[in-house]
Amino acid sequence: MDLAFMAEIFVKLLEGVPLTLRLAFSSVALGAIVALVLAMMRMSGLAALDWLARGYVFVFRGTPLLVQVFLIYYGLGQFRPALQELGVWWFFREPYWCALTALTLNTAAYASEIIRGGLQAVPHAQIEAARACGMSRFLLFRRIVFPIAVRQALPGYGSELILMVKATSLASIITMMEVTGIAHKLISQTFRAVEIFICAGAIYLILNFLVTRLIQGLEWWLSPHLRQPPEVLPRPEAAHV
Amino acid sequence: MSYFELMGFGPKGWGWPMLMAAGMTVAVASCGFLVGATLGSLIAWAKLSRSLILRSLGDGYTTVLRGIPDLLVIYLFYFGGSAVLSRVGQWFGGSGGFVSVPAFAVGALAIGVISAAYQAEVFRGAYTALARGEIEAAKSVGMHTMLLFRRIIAPQVLRYAIPGLGNVWQLALKESALISVTGLVELLRQSAIGSGSTYKPFSFYFTAAMLYLVITTVSTWGFQRAEDYSMRGLRRA
Repeated sequence: MDLAFMAEIFVKLLEGVPLTLRLAFSSVALGAIVALVLAMMRMSGLAALDWLARGYVFVFRGTPLLVQVFLIYYGLGQFRPALQELGVWWFFREPYWCALTALTLNTAAYASEIIRGGLQAVPHAQIEAARACGMSRFLLFRRIVFPIAVRQALPGYGSELILMVKATSLASIITMMEVTGIAHKLISQTFRAVEIFICAGAIYLILNFLVTRLIQGLEWWLSPHLRQPPEVLPRPEAAHV
Repeated sequence: MSYFELMGFGPKGWGWPMLMAAGMTVAVASCGFLVGATLGSLIAWAKLSRSLILRSLGDGYTTVLRGIPDLLVIYLFYFGGSAVLSRVGQWFGGSGGFVSVPAFAVGALAIGVISAAYQAEVFRGAYTALARGEIEAAKSVGMHTMLLFRRIIAPQVLRYAIPGLGNVWQLALKESALISVTGLVELLRQSAIGSGSTYKPFSFYFTAAMLYLVITTVSTWGFQRAEDYSMRGLRRA
């Protein structure tokens, strides 16, 4: 094993980290908005909206992400004249926007189920108590339902975030030069697959370790009620009163 | 040419090639899944063993393989495998040029190695769900280790593992789409070939997506049947 070579490779691969992180975080952030809408549709009680959201989740969870990426990047080219007329062709021509769209739509399907689980796990008594205090629907959602649901959904969302960091590697197949894209280029130049694999794998492991820590920190910060209270020393003189 | 003509079974239709490719997808995913089951049960055994070295090796394997992108693993096997084969070829007096590895074997192996990490966790979880008393009872009637494993542990672990294995199978099926980068003509690769020669990419990738949906739906149903069958002797709370 050639350590000097590996150090050189590692530095080259690090150049891809910003793009990997940008793809992962923007798709998760945008996907969360779509997912919230989908979860609301599932819980709206209106059959049409419910089935629409069910169909969306079924299709996006039942097909590979790479097929979705190809369907958007290559597939939409079939309708190029129509898209040019609509003035959106510049968007679907860029691999970055196509990869981001596919990742966003894909994570939204998975995240909507996580959010729905969180929303359904809110104890009914909490909602009744809030109603009894006369909270309006919006205030009830903002103060009671949303904070409890976020805490319930956070561990599941953490693993979704890790899956998305891994999923950004598929963007390399449509020419994006993130970590895996650079790794592929270096492997086909040098044919030293093992060393490059170790370096790229290490980068992903470090990223995912940091993501796990971030989520754990967020969980800790959001659940002060579950922590041990600081020990209060009894005041000795109180016993004599 | 209309969509149905394009995807039909006529002289110019792409129906048969697409169906054959779907069969290849199922074949490579199934082989990978079986490799993963074998490797995964060994890793689960390592993770459950009393030896600290085996436990940390098992933990390391599952942490690393679940933390890095599948595409990287596939590249490692594809390019690394051909490097090894070229080296072997050189020993036997070959020119030392690029020797390509069989895409199917690389694909099945890569899927197997990745899904082993997930299956190990499923098997470990199922083993911990097993009632301790069952094992104690088997030991008390004098079963030796092999018999205990065959009669008591394996059937029950499998029963508890079926829902988790269903999830891992879906993952393996979707991973098989990535094998297209090695040139194996499975569903996605066939769609790329078809759209290259007809300039109808959307029709091909849409058909591929629908075929994937059919495969996942059928397998969801199959795993549900298997779960119902395995639980027929259990009273549910």
